[in-house]
Amino acid sequence: MSTESIAWPTSGTATRRPFVEQLHEWVSTVDHKRLGVLYILYALAFLLVGGVEATILRIQLIRPLNHFVSPQVFNRMFTMHGTTMIFFVAMPVLFGFANYLVPLMIGARDMAFPRLNAFSFWMTAFGGLLLYYSFIGGDGLYGAGNAPDVGWFAYAPLTSKTFSRGHSTDFWTLSLLVSGFGSIGTAINIITTVVCMRCKGMTLGKMPLLVWLNLVMAVLVVLAVSPLTAAQIMLLVDRYLGGHFFDTQAGGSAVMWMHFFWVFGHPEVYVLVIPAFGFASEIIPVFSRKAIFGYPVMVAATVCIAFIGMSVWAHHMFTVGMSSNANTFFVLSTMAIAVPTGIKIFNWLATMWGGQIHFKTPMLFCTAFLFQFLIAGLTGIMLGSAPFDWQLGNSYFVIAHFHYVIVGGILFTLFGAFYYWFPKISGRMYNERLGKLHFWLFTIGFHLTFDFMHIPGILGMPRRIYTYEPGRGWDIWNLIVTIGVFFQAAGVLVFLGNLLWSYFRGVLAGSDPWDAWTLEWSTTSPPPVYNFAKIPEVASRRPLWDLKHPEDPDWHYE
Amino acid sequence: MYTRPFSAIMIFCGLALAACAEPAHPYVSPTSIFAPVSTPAQSIFDLSVFVLQVTAAIFIVVFSLLTYAVVKFRKKATTDGREPAQVYGSTQLELAWTVIPVLIVVVLFLAAARVIASIQNAPRPSSAIQVTVIGHQFWWEFRYPSLKVVSANELHIPVSDPAHPTPTFLTLLSADTDHSFWVPRLAGKTDLIPNHPNSMWVDPHETGLYLGQCAQYCGTQHALMLLRVYVDSREDFDRWIQQQSQPARITSTVSPGQRLFETTACVNCHTIAGTAAKGTYGPDLTHLMSRQTIGSGAAKNNIGNLIAWIYKPDRFKPGCKMPSMGLTVQQSAVVAAYLVTLR
Repeated sequence: MSTESIAWPTSGTATRRPFVEQLHEWVSTVDHKRLGVLYILYALAFLLVGGVEATILRIQLIRPLNHFVSPQVFNRMFTMHGTTMIFFVAMPVLFGFANYLVPLMIGARDMAFPRLNAFSFWMTAFGGLLLYYSFIGGDGLYGAGNAPDVGWFAYAPLTSKTFSRGHSTDFWTLSLLVSGFGSIGTAINIITTVVCMRCKGMTLGKMPLLVWLNLVMAVLVVLAVSPLTAAQIMLLVDRYLGGHFFDTQAGGSAVMWMHFFWVFGHPEVYVLVIPAFGFASEIIPVFSRKAIFGYPVMVAATVCIAFIGMSVWAHHMFTVGMSSNANTFFVLSTMAIAVPTGIKIFNWLATMWGGQIHFKTPMLFCTAFLFQFLIAGLTGIMLGSAPFDWQLGNSYFVIAHFHYVIVGGILFTLFGAFYYWFPKISGRMYNERLGKLHFWLFTIGFHLTFDFMHIPGILGMPRRIYTYEPGRGWDIWNLIVTIGVFFQAAGVLVFLGNLLWSYFRGVLAGSDPWDAWTLEWSTTSPPPVYNFAKIPEVASRRPLWDLKHPEDPDWHYE
Repeated sequence: MYTRPFSAIMIFCGLALAACAEPAHPYVSPTSIFAPVSTPAQSIFDLSVFVLQVTAAIFIVVFSLLTYAVVKFRKKATTDGREPAQVYGSTQLELAWTVIPVLIVVVLFLAAARVIASIQNAPRPSSAIQVTVIGHQFWWEFRYPSLKVVSANELHIPVSDPAHPTPTFLTLLSADTDHSFWVPRLAGKTDLIPNHPNSMWVDPHETGLYLGQCAQYCGTQHALMLLRVYVDSREDFDRWIQQQSQPARITSTVSPGQRLFETTACVNCHTIAGTAAKGTYGPDLTHLMSRQTIGSGAAKNNIGNLIAWIYKPDRFKPGCKMPSMGLTVQQSAVVAAYLVTLR
């Protein structure tokens, strides 16, 4: 439990302390809310950096035989874009929300291990800085570059000393190693917090879905990041201690690196998407004014996704020459995931069915998420069908598919979550008009970019090429895809502007602006350091519903 | 044959996607996966049509339900502030949307499993042509072990008559990093991985030139590791083999270009059969002028490009492994004049 006695600084208070003192409080904090905010701000900063890298990639590909950047720079940009977005945007921002929300939603005063929490955040933060220091300190494939240029999954043997001289690959390896320890620390913290710190009455079956989903996510992080960490250490041994794990010139195995990476890499997708499901599972009921439909099934489906999700990794490897039996097995396990995922979509749909849907910005984002995640799932089925993947794998179709998952699914619900919990975190309402502008700009940009990106993949355009010849039928699609990027960028700028403006100028939100039902809305906005003056006691999944409707409480039905 | 997928695709991704399978222009793209000319590509195409139809049906159903819910259950201005009826779940519904997807998954799985087996476990007929493909940073080496031919970047194979199939079986190796052999109209891609020999096969039914390229990131010049597969009639193929298996034409006097070639480091990397050049790091140049392109498809093969290429390889392929030899433009032209005699 936090031992800090300093109150949350609210803007406009007369007793504003010197900047250095405030900075010191933030840097040395062990409060779960402040660490959550730090995670989120840190991820937003890297979102801008990763976005700039994506824009550079897209400008280079806007027309055939373009000369905006050299192949060396292009290769660095896609490596850094992928690594940054996954490890230093998506994971930290989700950890940030988990940090902020989980203790509040289970009626606790902090995470189980506040100091581990701070340690984990700073590990992640320094990991990101280490990665970006490579622009100054690294050397690329030819000893002439700087940032890593081996791709975000860094297939062996391109990462060996022979093909990657200098230190760029070391920066990549070490930064993931360092931030990986941070991720594992946070995951253990979340698991312990959820298991041990729930308030009175909150049995596992009465936890908000977001808490359940973050618990499952944390278990997956422990299972998935550990092999990645092991693989990074093996790679370091190869590069510096004369090991031959992945050194094919000395009999090592390139395929083994692929297994290590994807046994992390695929569960990682669920690490990211399951908390996003959590946001949708909180936002959709509140804005439909109905209880979540099929709560036990939602929990079971999530656990099922996590379980099956650990056994599908080799569908990233259908083209590496596995036996027909292995390919067949991974087709089955991959397609099986569609069932629990479909169940979740149907349950959200049933939650909306018969409700009174308020299309505020958070709900707009979650509604778009449902449509887009449907398409992402269906293209996933196509890619899961191994022979189809022999054509589509490593083409732009795959890029379109996983951006549909990560942007159309995860980022959209994340934007929803930003707008939904912004009043709680800042104490002020965001600007609804700007929120809707952000939504429409970003949705138009998203569809221009990622709908049309499927097509060059079908027409044979592989990923990670810095240039292409005219006459392949790819030109027009690449042009449209790049145009969409600028709409998305405009949307993100409106979003950041809205956050900033609302933080200083927004109307005061009050403790429960959405007439919501979970415990975080029962305390003030922003919550005090101790969260709850008196630890709450709950009798159902929607304690605030019970309070507001004493004549018809939930615990009659659960 | 393009009409069935046409409807499914159109529904799935709209008008844009349909352009790929537009019947009037089957070659909108020379690398479309929806214009197969070989059995593996054809089986994948048939499977993909089936998968697209199933997913399109799912999409229509769920999309309609979602749209209906979004439109129908919007908050109305007339609501009296009362909460809607709270529904907590339904076992029947949950069962329905579990069992039906399970059945769909079983069907899709069986369809995929059948195609996997038919492609991966296909028997190799005795009439098959055997080619060893070796991936290099950033070019392709093709060896025909039983025909004693070595070539680079442009693969020649015979057309396969379905009545008397003469498929080509490729053994895929890598000399350095991972690569992937992908010619979409012939077959799906298969990776070339060091220490991990792979294989694949094609049996093109039509003669012609089929394009493709490396589909696994392999380093700086991954983008210009292009593939050209010439499917020849049997007679043309036999003639090509006959011509390729000859050593270079030896003239009684050594030309100045040959002398320059053999006294610079060119010979460390390139082979010209019948001469002192025996390097294996770069492409075999014995029959260089029988190829349409240089630099693995980076530029057209003509004297002007050859001179520029020898003078500064980086100009066509920044980051390629061939170094500039420090020759002057004039010296490069002398070497190129020798190279154009290699037919």
